[in-house]
Amino acid sequence: MKIRIKFAKQGVMRFIGHLDIMRYFQKAMRRAHIDIAFTEGFSPHMIMSFAAPLGVGLTSNGEYMDIEIKSPIASADAIRQLNEVMVEGMEVLSFRQIEEGKAGKAMSLVAAADYTVSFRPGYEPADGWQKRLEEFAKKDSIVILKKTKKSEVETDIRPMIYALSVDGDNVHMTLATGSAANLKPELVMSAFLKNEGFELHSFALSVNRDEVYADIGTEEERKLVSLESLGEDIVL
Amino acid sequence: MRKLALSDEILLSIEKPARYIGNEVNSVMKDKEKIDVRFAMCFPDVYEIGMSHLGIQILYDMFNKREDIWCERVYSPWVDLDKVMREQNISLFALESQDPIKDFDFLGITIQYEMCYTNILQVIDLSQIPLKATDRGEDCPVVIGGGPCTYNPEPLAEFFDLFYIGEGETVYFKLVDLYKECKKQGLSRKEFLYQASKIPGIYVPMFYDVTYNEDGTIADFTPNREGVPKQIEKQIVMDLSDATYPTAPIVPFIKATQDRVVLEIQRGCIRGCRFCQAGMLYRPTRERDVEMLKKTAIAMLESTGHEEISLSSLSSSDYSKLPELVNFLIDECRQRGVNISLPSLRIDAFSLDVMNKVQDVRKSSLTFAPEAGSQRLRDVINKGLTEEIIIKGAGEAFEGGWNKVKLYFMLGLPTETPEDQKEIAHLAEKIAERYYEIPKDQRNGKCQITVSTSFFVPKPFTPFQWARMCTIDEFLGSARTVNHEIKDQLNKKSIRYNWHEADVSVLEGLLARGDRKVAEVLKDVYEHGGIYDAWSETFDNQKWVDALERTGTDMNFYVHRERSLEEKLPWDFIQIGVTKKHLLKEWERAHQEEVTVNCRQKCAGCGAACYKGGVCFENQN
Repeated sequence: MKIRIKFAKQGVMRFIGHLDIMRYFQKAMRRAHIDIAFTEGFSPHMIMSFAAPLGVGLTSNGEYMDIEIKSPIASADAIRQLNEVMVEGMEVLSFRQIEEGKAGKAMSLVAAADYTVSFRPGYEPADGWQKRLEEFAKKDSIVILKKTKKSEVETDIRPMIYALSVDGDNVHMTLATGSAANLKPELVMSAFLKNEGFELHSFALSVNRDEVYADIGTEEERKLVSLESLGEDIVL
Repeated sequence: MRKLALSDEILLSIEKPARYIGNEVNSVMKDKEKIDVRFAMCFPDVYEIGMSHLGIQILYDMFNKREDIWCERVYSPWVDLDKVMREQNISLFALESQDPIKDFDFLGITIQYEMCYTNILQVIDLSQIPLKATDRGEDCPVVIGGGPCTYNPEPLAEFFDLFYIGEGETVYFKLVDLYKECKKQGLSRKEFLYQASKIPGIYVPMFYDVTYNEDGTIADFTPNREGVPKQIEKQIVMDLSDATYPTAPIVPFIKATQDRVVLEIQRGCIRGCRFCQAGMLYRPTRERDVEMLKKTAIAMLESTGHEEISLSSLSSSDYSKLPELVNFLIDECRQRGVNISLPSLRIDAFSLDVMNKVQDVRKSSLTFAPEAGSQRLRDVINKGLTEEIIIKGAGEAFEGGWNKVKLYFMLGLPTETPEDQKEIAHLAEKIAERYYEIPKDQRNGKCQITVSTSFFVPKPFTPFQWARMCTIDEFLGSARTVNHEIKDQLNKKSIRYNWHEADVSVLEGLLARGDRKVAEVLKDVYEHGGIYDAWSETFDNQKWVDALERTGTDMNFYVHRERSLEEKLPWDFIQIGVTKKHLLKEWERAHQEEVTVNCRQKCAGCGAACYKGGVCFENQN
């Protein structure tokens, strides 16, 4: 039985890297007595895959992983059992059954993500930046220099910005995420600041990922739905 | 939300910020307003090493079971953060509360190996506590040292307010209660230390004066205050089955060196190898009840979610209920999808069967620690392993499908000759020959024999405590002898040889048997930026060479000289149960190449029976 788990990673947990979060959940599954399935072979490991790795320093309310379990459990019970063994900053938000088959894998579905970005105290640009940022995001193209291993390539990131709005000091954006196209919120802010004539300081931003989406639309029209909405609560 | 001692800017610019944020599964948070005593427990090395140490987990759990005490952890900041803390004048903090160590009542430091001594100075210094105990004010935490290296605490004596000689489960509560009482009465720090010095096992260095002879040896070691005991008696737990044991140890986020449940099955060792300090210090051998171990193992797996469990002890094969325990764990772990990591066991039918069940034979290797190449020298060091046993064990394993063997030896043992050294190569060769006796179609390719040698460091409280230690040149010469001998043999392609660095070993020798004067060397190295000497990437031998030169310290006196039997040794004031008379007898028997059988075969009268329990009284009820 395939399960999709949504969780939040907040507070000091922002300093724990992606691989260590995987290790954390492997141990948490055992503590919570989730009857998780293992791979075959001499050194079996838990069947568990994560949707989109989150960088160190970022927080999130919309992280996803898929697991496989051997015996059914009610979503409410699983959430409670898992949250009983979580540390401060980690919370399981949903536990839903998803369709069998490779096509349903969270990692390959990821198409976009929502972020809330703010400047840390002392790093804000000159007054009125909110308005200027919204104008900036409306431009037809935003060309930046992307450094690769060998050279620098000019890339237009504008098509990867699906939405951007400013609410007080918080910038909300929906950006292309995943293997096909991937844009980090820091890159958007750095392009904006460059336009203002500044370099983005590496610690200037505080970033929270709010949600991760799959695209169930057509080639002409995107239709973003949260990864959890592709699953269903288990009621026994 | 927890507030961190370090800013995001710092945490995101250093390696592995998870080392400094606490919040791990099973770490203990308390309301500091409701606490009387705050204890910072320190392992003076990097987080991943410190978190793997069982002793701290035991004491952390023991202290935190008491409502009036909050025990927290602190480790050495890695060199990257060390630099930032010095530049920005940031005070070292505890992981749980993130509060500065200098605001604590106690800073307890476990001292597990000599090459962490400069890190001890780092921890005290970064905590903004004066390095010398006599310079500390009323507000400073009481700095306590514990662990194996405190059996010769003298090189560190001036940096510690007190040393706790023995196992932590025994008199810590007495010490804390005395502290609370002294605080209530408004007594001074010095008065508290004076009263603490009367608790058995507690050594307060400032209450003892040392005088020296002209040749540098100790003339006298005496208390300088009335009522302070002349001798310090090691404190140990006699009933290990009833003793406190953590059923919910802390689970780090980042991979620690020991990323598994650790089950301590016994303390002490019945074997009596003459080079081995642990084998003498932890006498008498005491076992934990097998039912207690089974219950504890399950509880720990449940509370941690670890995917592996290992057994911890000296010479695990000597645990009397080992087959019962291991078979229970194999069954239990199979159901849970948990791996068992076996300790090094004597190779016999039982261990081969067990290894076959829990390891991939093709990948795993057999380990033998003959320690010396020739039978003559193995008799000198009282290592009861014979060539016959090794070849037989290896043969059985080879027949069972194994093809990898690891062999551990020491170079520079007392009475060692080039012939003994060459025997190391010959033994490896004979094992290889045994492998190739198996018909080609039945064996698993080539065999891989890895020979490793370390350099012998004489340690206090061993029969070899009087021995001279070799010089760096002698060590490297003997390693070359072994290497050439291996390369001259027929099966050289099946044998790999590794040897240790010799410069670290002789410094270990200096610190292991040093006196109070050696503190000057430590301070000099530390003041010139030396820390993390246990790490090859950070160890800087030149700093030590310079410090020895500047302080006029004679390595020949401390390291390369055989001590006379009449000499007062810096650690003679500590009583470990095993008597000096016994050590002396063993030193003489070593020279006569006489073997002393293990405690279960025949009591050697070492003196540890004064603790009235353990192996000394087995089968006597």
